[in-house]
Amino acid sequence: MGTPQFASFYPDFYIERLWEKCIKCRRCVKECSYGAHIWDEKKKTLLEDHTKCVGCHRCEAMCPTKAIIIRRHPSEFREHALWTPWFIKNIYKQADQGGVLLTSTGCALPFKNYFDHLVLDACQVTNPPIDPLREPMELRTYIGPKPEALEIEEVNGKFRLKKKLPPLIKLEVPIMFAAMSYGAISLHVHQGLARAARDLGTLYNTGEGGLHASLYEYGSNTIVQCASGRFGLHVDYLKAGVAIEIKIGQGAKPGIGGHLPGEKVTEEISKTRMIPVGSDALSPAPHHDIYSIEDLRGLIYALKEATEYKKLVFVKIAAVHNVAAIASGIVRAGADAVVIDGLKGGTGAAPTMFRDYIGIPIELAISAVDKRLREEGIRHRTSIIASGGIRSSADVVKAIALGADAVYIGTAALIAVGCTMCQRCYTGKCPWGIATNNPELIKRLPPEVAYEKIYNLVKAWAHEIKEMLGAMGINSIESLKGNRDKLRAVGLTKEEMEILEVKHAGE
Amino acid sequence: MPLELDISHLHYSQVNKILRDYIEKGEREFILRGVNGHRYLFAGISAEIKAQLYGTPGLDLGAFMRGPEIRVFGNVQDGAGNTMDEGKIVVHGMAGDVVGYAMRGGKIHIYGDVGYRVGIHMKAYMDKVPVIIIGGKAGDFLGEYMAGGIIILLGMHSIYPERPLAGLFLGTGMHGGTIYVRGKVKESYLGLGLKPYALDGEDEKILEKHLKEYCDDFGLDLSEILKEDFIKIIPYTHRPYGKLYAY
Ligand code: SF4
Ligand code: SF4
Repeated sequence: MGTPQFASFYPDFYIERLWEKCIKCRRCVKECSYGAHIWDEKKKTLLEDHTKCVGCHRCEAMCPTKAIIIRRHPSEFREHALWTPWFIKNIYKQADQGGVLLTSTGCALPFKNYFDHLVLDACQVTNPPIDPLREPMELRTYIGPKPEALEIEEVNGKFRLKKKLPPLIKLEVPIMFAAMSYGAISLHVHQGLARAARDLGTLYNTGEGGLHASLYEYGSNTIVQCASGRFGLHVDYLKAGVAIEIKIGQGAKPGIGGHLPGEKVTEEISKTRMIPVGSDALSPAPHHDIYSIEDLRGLIYALKEATEYKKLVFVKIAAVHNVAAIASGIVRAGADAVVIDGLKGGTGAAPTMFRDYIGIPIELAISAVDKRLREEGIRHRTSIIASGGIRSSADVVKAIALGADAVYIGTAALIAVGCTMCQRCYTGKCPWGIATNNPELIKRLPPEVAYEKIYNLVKAWAHEIKEMLGAMGINSIESLKGNRDKLRAVGLTKEEMEILEVKHAGE
Repeated sequence: MPLELDISHLHYSQVNKILRDYIEKGEREFILRGVNGHRYLFAGISAEIKAQLYGTPGLDLGAFMRGPEIRVFGNVQDGAGNTMDEGKIVVHGMAGDVVGYAMRGGKIHIYGDVGYRVGIHMKAYMDKVPVIIIGGKAGDFLGEYMAGGIIILLGMHSIYPERPLAGLFLGTGMHGGTIYVRGKVKESYLGLGLKPYALDGEDEKILEKHLKEYCDDFGLDLSEILKEDFIKIIPYTHRPYGKLYAY
């Protein structure tokens, strides 16, 4: 007998088949990319391998007779407050395989979610709310540095600006799509995001995997990313979008680089990333040309110079302990926008310990950065883009009231296209056709469907944001920015409220 | 006739603007004098042009560029050929740190020594194989994370006789490409898991081809360079981190 694999003894999920409903059509066998449903040819019946089930619910959703229920595995360990099944099973896995625990999406631990401790204001009696269905309500947001003051001159009886404004990016909604690389997610999702961004008047972000030839036409709605691996990064790529994002860090895995396993580097991906098929795409932890704020300035201006100052340069960091000081350095280095990705920011693959324990919540980070930049008198020189755990339009409103100019959504957009948060994107076998490039699996999510779902989501959120603004008596998102008076805390400590600069409810 | 410019009193962005305008007008050859720490010269320029630079270019000479052939009579500061796409940089002197970072094509020929972190994350794709040739010695982390391309280290024209040929962590994490070194390097200087190998016939052909061009650039004698044996360092796996994880 070989060495026992302890982890395989205790499956996470249990596939329950309702035999009275099952018509043995074998759809589930086809749908499951993990092989958890098995057709027994001899006995002409179906079998389940519960150990293979990742809880993605694809079979349950696709079964024509709704004969499948995916449950948590009912088998239980004796209760122990410290040694919960999560820790026990992780130790089994590592004892079996001797590796770093890998996972996907964002932090799964119940750290305090500050958004859930903030409530919004609304008008009553003294100033009337505004009805967005009746009155114009503006969500338009400009990303980029604003001048310290406007100098106006009179020429032939007409007033005009003395100096031309630096380039700004106009967003019709303050919601953009976060960097998710082609490779981590399918080309169809990218196509959906790009089209949705265009129709919504916002931007999507290529991530670090280069830009597929079919997406160059969405240039004016594109942010291209420059990460440490510099994959698929050439002049045409840099010039393709309206902004270039230097990725320093990511909320799901601050302090480490990226790693697209060779299995995911297919023919098309190899073309876009410009690396051989099947080879690992490794992004080092640091950019090796950036070891200081001065070096960061070096790269920011190299990019600006290479693109003739026509593109904005964003710098994305993970929210970590000294985020405010770091952000200040980034602004001084010349970044047109600082992107802060919080503890709960998602990923296609990250070591579990990094995902769950490194970084700070985005709410605190936004407020701290906004405050620091205001105190230093440089807030106008940049835009703050917040990401990591934005789940609803109310979260967007709160993030902006805490000081962000706009937000990025990643996970929310993926859930909109069917993601069930099974947290196994790193396998490349996403049964919903999202985080995969398997030619069979990607067919499950055609680009038109991705587009429609993402478009609908943001349209709905935009409307909700207008409603909430209207209720507060505000008719423009600009007036909400950093407007902490519209927020009150429920159940937060003095210290937390100080950092967030909000009063407690009732105050 | 090449267009001659004295750039000593110009800001780098003015210089690049002037260059771009002339290139647009069809000018193909330039001589820049008074180069004195100007950053980003030729950054992002996409054109088949030739330039001679007298002085010391600053940070990121030729970053992201595609096509220009730049000959520097002097030393260059850090970041030469950063993420360069195509073209050539020839330096009749020394170069600073991070030469050819993430370079994907073209050539960089340095007559003398280079600093730290040179050739990090160079990559190759199809017929695009970037080449860096260093006539002197190199600092730590030469070819770290290398994913493709060729680095040739000669160690001949160094002003630091006391230093080893290459610094520590040579080729750490490399998963593609080849590093050729004239002479020997201590195994303890190599990145984890790497070993020096003897050259085969194919290697010798590659080496000769690239070194011939190098010799032409600097007026050197190829037979002199080939007098000593070379070793090569190649990745021990294309998946250095394939077994790192538990699922
Ligand atoms: S898809 Fe549903 S009905 Fe078809 S075999 Fe599977 S469980 Fe039975
Ligand atoms: S994208 Fe796919 S693999 Fe990733 S969590 Fe969602 S359903 Fe699972």
